[in-house]
Amino acid sequence: MNKLLVSPSPHIHSKTSTRSLMLDVVIALLPSVLVTILFYGWSAVVILASSVVFCVLLEYLITKYLLKKPGTIGDMSAVVTGIILALNLPPTAPWWVAMIGAIVAIGVAKMTFGGLGQNVFNPAITGRVFLLISFPAIMTTWGGAKGFIGGADAVSGATPLGIVKEGLMQGQTLQQIFDLHDFSYAQMLFVNMGGSAGEISAIAIIIGFIYLLARKVIRPYITLSILVTVAVFSGIFWLIDPAQYTDPLFNLLTGGVLLGSVFMATDYVTSPMSDKGGIIFGIGIGIITMLIRYFGSYPEGMSFAILIMNSTVPLINKFCKQKKFGRA
Amino acid sequence: MKKTFSIGGVHPDDNKISAGCAIEVLPVPKTVYISMAQHLGGPAKAIVAAGDKVKTGQVIGEPTGFISAYVHSSVTGTVKSVGLRKDLAGIPVVHVEIEVAPDEWAEGIDTTDTLVTEIPQDPKFIVDRIKSNGVVGLGGATFPTNVKLCPPPDKKADILILNGAECEPYLTSDYRIMIEKPQQIIVGAALMKRVLGVDHVVVGIEENKPEAIAKMKEAIASLSAASSDYDGIEVVTLKKKYPQGGEKQLIDAITHRQVKSMGLPIDVGAVVQNVATSLAVYDAVQKNKPLIDNTITVTGECFPKQSNLLVRVGTPLSYIIDYLGGVPETAAKAISGGPMMGKAIANLDAATLKGTSSVLFLTEAQTRRNPETNCIRCGKCAEACPMGLEPFLLNKLARNGMMDELEQNAVQDCIECGCCLYSCPANIPLLDIIRVAKGDVIRIIRSRTAPKK
Amino acid sequence: MTTTIIWTIVAITVLGVLLAVVLYLVANKFKVEEDPRIDEVEKVMPGANCGGCGFAGCRAFAQSCVEAANLDNNYCPVGGNEVMKKVAAVLGLEAKEKAPMVAVVRCNGTCANRPTVNEYDGIKSCKVKAALYSGDTGCFYGCLGCGDCVAACQFGAISMDPETGLPVVDEEKCTACGACVKACPKKIIELRNKGPKNRRVFVSCVNMEKGAAARKACSAACIGCGKCAKECPFGAITVEHNVAYIDFNKCKLCRKCVAVCPTGAIHDVNFPTPAPKPEKPAPKPAAEAVKPAAPKPEPAPAASPATDKKEE
Repeated sequence: MNKLLVSPSPHIHSKTSTRSLMLDVVIALLPSVLVTILFYGWSAVVILASSVVFCVLLEYLITKYLLKKPGTIGDMSAVVTGIILALNLPPTAPWWVAMIGAIVAIGVAKMTFGGLGQNVFNPAITGRVFLLISFPAIMTTWGGAKGFIGGADAVSGATPLGIVKEGLMQGQTLQQIFDLHDFSYAQMLFVNMGGSAGEISAIAIIIGFIYLLARKVIRPYITLSILVTVAVFSGIFWLIDPAQYTDPLFNLLTGGVLLGSVFMATDYVTSPMSDKGGIIFGIGIGIITMLIRYFGSYPEGMSFAILIMNSTVPLINKFCKQKKFGRA
Repeated sequence: MKKTFSIGGVHPDDNKISAGCAIEVLPVPKTVYISMAQHLGGPAKAIVAAGDKVKTGQVIGEPTGFISAYVHSSVTGTVKSVGLRKDLAGIPVVHVEIEVAPDEWAEGIDTTDTLVTEIPQDPKFIVDRIKSNGVVGLGGATFPTNVKLCPPPDKKADILILNGAECEPYLTSDYRIMIEKPQQIIVGAALMKRVLGVDHVVVGIEENKPEAIAKMKEAIASLSAASSDYDGIEVVTLKKKYPQGGEKQLIDAITHRQVKSMGLPIDVGAVVQNVATSLAVYDAVQKNKPLIDNTITVTGECFPKQSNLLVRVGTPLSYIIDYLGGVPETAAKAISGGPMMGKAIANLDAATLKGTSSVLFLTEAQTRRNPETNCIRCGKCAEACPMGLEPFLLNKLARNGMMDELEQNAVQDCIECGCCLYSCPANIPLLDIIRVAKGDVIRIIRSRTAPKK
Repeated sequence: MTTTIIWTIVAITVLGVLLAVVLYLVANKFKVEEDPRIDEVEKVMPGANCGGCGFAGCRAFAQSCVEAANLDNNYCPVGGNEVMKKVAAVLGLEAKEKAPMVAVVRCNGTCANRPTVNEYDGIKSCKVKAALYSGDTGCFYGCLGCGDCVAACQFGAISMDPETGLPVVDEEKCTACGACVKACPKKIIELRNKGPKNRRVFVSCVNMEKGAAARKACSAACIGCGKCAKECPFGAITVEHNVAYIDFNKCKLCRKCVAVCPTGAIHDVNFPTPAPKPEKPAPKPAAEAVKPAAPKPEPAPAASPATDKKEE
C-alpha cells in the first residue's frame, strides 16, 4: 500500500454487472436451447451456432474497425441477441439466413444506433422480422429436421397458428381444424412440434422466466401484463364466437407469445424503465399481437407487436415516472 | 411486518465483522490536533494561543454565528500552535495543536461512572448544557444539536426518533454503545424529550442487531419503572435495508410521514437524533462533560485487528492505526465513515473529529471502480433510489447541462446515499455527476429565492 | 386511367399553391421586426458562440452592440481588435484597441516536480475532484489534471500533456474567451497580455502555503520569498499570501525576476535567449527540477532552444 485511493462515495459496488446480467439471460435461455437441440437435432445446432458466432463476430468487427472504440463483446449482449435470434428462426433454415439476420440485428438495429443501450428496436426481433419479410418461404417452413429424440414426428408442415389461420381462411370452423390436426395442450406445453426453434416448449421458457425472476434480472410486470392481455383479449372474442376465434390457452401456448414476453419484450434497452410503463407496454404488445392474429394476414404477430411498442418506449418513459419521495 | 421506508433501497452485505469487539479506551497520544471545523456551519474561533496551558474539557474554540458549536480541549497540556493543518481530505483547516500532559479535568465535570437518571425540569438548562458542551449530531452531518432541538416557534415536534439503524455496512460503533451504554442513551433521549416537549420517543433499530434491541428494551423497562420521565419511549425493530438511517427514510419508516422536497423533518413534526448523539447529550447534561471523545470502529477484512475504540477528539488517525498494528499491506483505500457514504481519506495524518465514526480499510478488489460502459437502461438505479428519482435521466441531463430539466426532475432531492452507483451494472459514475448537478441546482434555487427576502 | 393521373396532378398543384399563399400570409403576419444592423454585425462576428464576451452568443453580442451608445463595454475576445474595428465600422462607432490576451496555466506541478500521494478513482472531472479533496499531491492549490479546461475549450486550444500531467495552451488557437478560466475549480488559469512578440513573464504557481510547506509539496512552487519583488525595477511584482504575482501591465519583460527565483517558479515565454544570470549563480536544483517539467508550453529558463519558434 503506497498511495491511498480516493474516490467519491459509495466505495463499494454490487456484484451485478452488465456481463453478469447477460450471463443470467443466457442461462435462462439454456432450457429452451436444450429442448430445441433435442428435438431438432443437428440443424438446430447449426442455426444456433451460426447465429451466435455471426452476432459476436459482427459486433467485434464493427466496434474495432468502424467505431474504433474499445470492444464490447465482453458484455455478452451479442451472445444473447444471437441465441434469441436463432430461437426465432425455423431450425431448418440454412446458416446464411442466420448470418443475414445477424447482420440486420447487430449491424443495423444495434450498432448503427451506437451499440448496447442506444438502440430503439430489439435487435433480435428486427433481424427476425427482416428475414420474415425477405424470405417468407424459408421462414414459414417448419420440419424436415431430424431430432435426437422424437423421431419422424418432427416433420410437420406449419405451426398450429399457421394451420388455424389457413383453415379459417378456407372457411373451416375451429372445431373442424382441431379435429383434423389433433392439437393437445399437453403437447404444446412440453414439446409443441412445429414452430420456431424457441417456441417448441412452453415449459422450458417458463423455467427460464422463473430463473430470471429469482435472480432479479427482470421484474415480472411486462411479461405478466402481456400474458394477461392476450388471455383477456382472446377470452372475450372466444366467448363471443368460439367457432371463429381460438381460445385463450391456445393463444398463450402457441407462437412466440411466451418466448417474446419472457425474453424479447423484457429486453432492458427497448422496454420502459418503470413498472407502470412496463404494464402499459405489455398491454400494448398483447393487444397488437391478438389483433394481428385474429384480423391480420400473418398468423403470428408477436414480433411485430414488440417492434411497434418498442417505438413508443421513449414516450412511455417520459410519462410514466415512479412516485418521488415527499411529492404528491 | 417490520417497518421500513417505502421507496427503493439496496441490500449491501452487512460485514459487521467488528460487532463482537467491546469498546476499548485508546491511550491518549503525545500530541493532539483539534480542528476548529468539526461541525456543520461556521467554524469555531480559537480562543487559545501557543503557550497556553489547557485542561481536559476546557473551551478552546467559540462558535461563530447561529449554526456553529463550541470546541473543547480533549486533553490536558500545552498549546503548541494554532494554525492550518490538513484534514483528511488534505484541505487546510485551523487546528489547535496540544502537547499532552497527564489528564487534569476542568472544573465542574463529573468524571464518575454513576448513572444519573433524574431529568432536570428546566428545558433551557438542558439546552444550555448541550450547547456549552459542544454537542453535535454524530450520525454524520455533525449539525449542532442545540439548534436542532430548538425548532422555530411556528413548528412543533410530536415525535423524537433515535436513530440506531446503523444501516451502513461495517460500522459497529452505534451497536456497541447500544449494548454497553443503553441506559445512558435512554436518559439522553428523555432529556431531549423534555426539551422538545414530545410524548413519544421511538428508537429505530434494524433487525440485524437483536442484542442491541434487547438491551435497549431492557434499559427502557428498568428506567420507566423508576420514573414517569421515561414514559412513551419504545424500541421499533426495522427491516434491514440501506439507507434506513437516512433521516427522511427513517421518519418514513417509523411514522409513514414523508418530508417534502427541500423540507426539514420538523415540517412533519419529527426530530431525529443519532443514538451516539443521545449518549453525548447524557454526558453533557447529566455529567457536564463536553464532547471530547467518541467511539470509532476500525475495521475492514484486510485489517488484522477489528476494534471499537473510545478515542479523544483530535487524535491523529495514523496514531490509531499504528496502535492497532499499522496500515495493512493489501489495503487500497481508507474511508472515514461507512462504505456507502463515508469519505475517502486522502491524508492519514489527519486528526479525528467529533463526527468521525470509523476508519474502514478496503482492498483494491473491494473498492476499485470498474470502467464505465454504456447505459443499458435496466432501470436498476431508479429501482434503488430511496427518493424515487431517476438517476439515469439526471445523469444525461447533467452531462448536457440542462439545469431547468434537472430541477424539474428533482435532482435537489438527492440524499447522496449512493444506491444508484452501487447498483449500476454499467458502472456509470451516476452519483459523482448528480452530486455536482445537485449543488448547482440548489445554488440556482437559492439565488432565485434570495432577492425576494 | 390517364384522367386519374391528370386529376391527381391538378389537385396536388392547386393544393400546393394554396398552401404556399397561406404560408406567405402567415409569415408576413408574424414577421419579427429587428434592427437590420444586428444581422450586419453578426455577419462580421467569428460565429463561435463561445460566450467569451459575456453574452449568450454572437447574436446576443451583436444586439447589445447595436443597442449600446459606445463599444466600451463590448469586446469580442475571439475576434480581437480586427473584428471590433469591423463592428465599429458597421455601427459608425469607435472601438477601443485592447491588447490581445492569452490563457496562461499557472502551475508547475508536473509529475516530476510534485510527487503524488494519492490516486484518484472517480469520474474524470476536476469539479468533482476539487469538491472531494485536495488532489493527488501534497499541493492543495495546484492543477488536478482531469482536464475540465480541455473540455471547456471550444477552439481545441488546450490539451493535456501526458508527460507533465498539466494542460498546455496553444497560443495560436487560444482566443482568450475565458471558458477555461471559468472551468478551472482551482483558478489556476489566468488571461494575461499576450505581450510583444508573444513574450511574457509570469509566476507559474498559485500555492498560498508557507514556503517550506509549498516546497515540500512541489519542488517548483513559489515559496513567497519575495526575491523577485525586490529585484523588479518596475514594482510589477507583489507577494501576497505567500505567493508572488506579476502585474502584466507594469512588467517590462526584463526577466530579472526569472533569474533570481530560487525554485524556477517564474516562467518566461518565447524569448530568444535565456534569462540573464545574476551575479551569483542561480541555484542549480531549481533549473534541474524545471527542465523535465515544461518542455513544450512555457520553456523554462534553462531550456531555451525551443523558445524561438512559436508555441507548438
